[in-house]
Amino acid sequence: MQSSVEVNSPLQLAPQKASRFKLTNARKRAALGYLFLSPFLILFIVFTVIPVLQSVYLSFTYYNMLQPPRWVGLSNYSVLFLEDDIFLTSLKNTFIFAVIAGPLSYCLSFMLAWVINTLKAKMVFSLAFYVPSITSGIALSIVWLYIFSGDRYGLLNNLLLDWGMISEPILWNTDPDTIMPVIIVVSLWMSMGTGFLVFLAGLQNVSPELYEAGAIDGISSRFQELWYITLPLMKPQLLFGAVNAIVGAFGVFDIAVAISGMPSPNYAGHTIIAHLFDYAFIRFELGYASAIAVFLFLVTLGLGRIVMRLLSSKDE
Amino acid sequence: MNFSKFVARFNRGLLYAFMIALVGFTALPIVYMVSTAFKPLDELFLYPPRFFVMKPTLRSFFDLLTATDSSIVPFSRYIFNSLFVSVAVVFSSLFVCCLGAYVLSKFKPPGAGFIFAIILSALMFSPQVTQIPTYMIVSSLGLVNTYWALILPKIAVAFNIFLMKQFFDQIPDALIEAAHIDGASDWKIFWRVIMAVSKPAWATLIIFSFIGNWNDYFSALVFTTSESMKTLPLAIQTLAGGPGVVARTGALAAGTFLMTLPPILIFLAFQKLVMNTMVHSGIK
Repeated sequence: MQSSVEVNSPLQLAPQKASRFKLTNARKRAALGYLFLSPFLILFIVFTVIPVLQSVYLSFTYYNMLQPPRWVGLSNYSVLFLEDDIFLTSLKNTFIFAVIAGPLSYCLSFMLAWVINTLKAKMVFSLAFYVPSITSGIALSIVWLYIFSGDRYGLLNNLLLDWGMISEPILWNTDPDTIMPVIIVVSLWMSMGTGFLVFLAGLQNVSPELYEAGAIDGISSRFQELWYITLPLMKPQLLFGAVNAIVGAFGVFDIAVAISGMPSPNYAGHTIIAHLFDYAFIRFELGYASAIAVFLFLVTLGLGRIVMRLLSSKDE
Repeated sequence: MNFSKFVARFNRGLLYAFMIALVGFTALPIVYMVSTAFKPLDELFLYPPRFFVMKPTLRSFFDLLTATDSSIVPFSRYIFNSLFVSVAVVFSSLFVCCLGAYVLSKFKPPGAGFIFAIILSALMFSPQVTQIPTYMIVSSLGLVNTYWALILPKIAVAFNIFLMKQFFDQIPDALIEAAHIDGASDWKIFWRVIMAVSKPAWATLIIFSFIGNWNDYFSALVFTTSESMKTLPLAIQTLAGGPGVVARTGALAAGTFLMTLPPILIFLAFQKLVMNTMVHSGIK
């Protein structure tokens, strides 16, 4: 009785059980499939799925790694939103960053890809814009710190002083007012990454016959071509780029730290991830840090879903 | 002479000029980084600072690699750490993710759709979100401060399996059936057929994964505490933030140069393959 239940259940595909019965071909293939999939699945579950679930659980506890987690209900979340002013600052910073840098880098990488696609020497141009994104933000911050250095030796201050546009050096990376703009500029410089490549590849894949057909149907300008032919065809790539842009925008951390330090002056360069890092690995308040992580997870997942809904090509 | 043709050509020239100017502008920090790495001591501290190097020298590299005796660990150790970890992650991830993607794309066992949906959602959050529990898991396995801590958590990456699955999806099933009829086992089909025809895809994966791991700052920051386990990005930040900032300016510039070079060279070598693969990586 017991064994017949097991056979009927589609989940029972363990080889030693399966070998006792004559298997259909499909079932054998499924078993083999799971065998091939298992290295990925095990590592994915251990290092991605379980951590996400554990984050959710920990976010309802007080946990300092020394004592076992203590259930505190929603209090982490209420402290986070009602009492933690620094979190609200980091939230504000991250949203300002995401709202400005996210769409800007997304549109910029599409526009650049679109222009480059019409030029000769595509490879050279695309390389020139892609290279900044594969350099290490941490390593390159040395160059940026020189450019935005707060004394007369800083390149930008030096130029502006020479041209008489300012009379005193600007403290770019220590003045709370200029930290965020500097971080945004540097991130934009580095943002022509994977999304840019996907756009470029997608554009190259639009067959020229479609434009000819469009011309017959009365499409006259390049912008009409873009709107009626190119963009609809590129939905999968646009979606991929958008997901990338969202994750990138909300995950901003290392550039911010490299430029403004941690903690940054007046927390002007403090991002959600910086706050998370602060509570998790400096103060070891892991329950609280988990609440931050869960919040961030919900934000990116929610935005990702919205973008998917908007751009999905499935429901057409 | 046809006037409108002239205008079109003029506009085109303008566009090129604009794009070249833009490239020049975006390239500035990299040019400056390269030129600084080769500056002799007196040029490093010139006022006003000079952009290009006048008398290039390899002195900074020499300082970095041999004379960093003020720190506990020789700089070459950081280079080795970064290189070893990146290469180990890249190849294990390539193997594990390609095998998984092959199943999701061609076997489609029950639950494959669900697994892929989870992978898609996993694309949508920053890796830092899971860093705390991952740290706890790594630490309970006793792996903190070992190479395993830097390698194991980064093998099963959602992006990698996603990229490979999208590529495998457009390999015709007929190809696999033909191999089956010829008597090839599933393993052999994966190894000899699928991997052979998807060379551009896995070359792309190698590049992305190498670049990502080479530049990764957060995991090394979290999972290592001992000086000898640090990777390049951490080491460079230590150089930059240490007390002897001025004295080490040259070594720092040289370190940055060494850190930045491999990703650029690798991308340069495989650019064509990457572009051919990215066509298939949209989310449908």
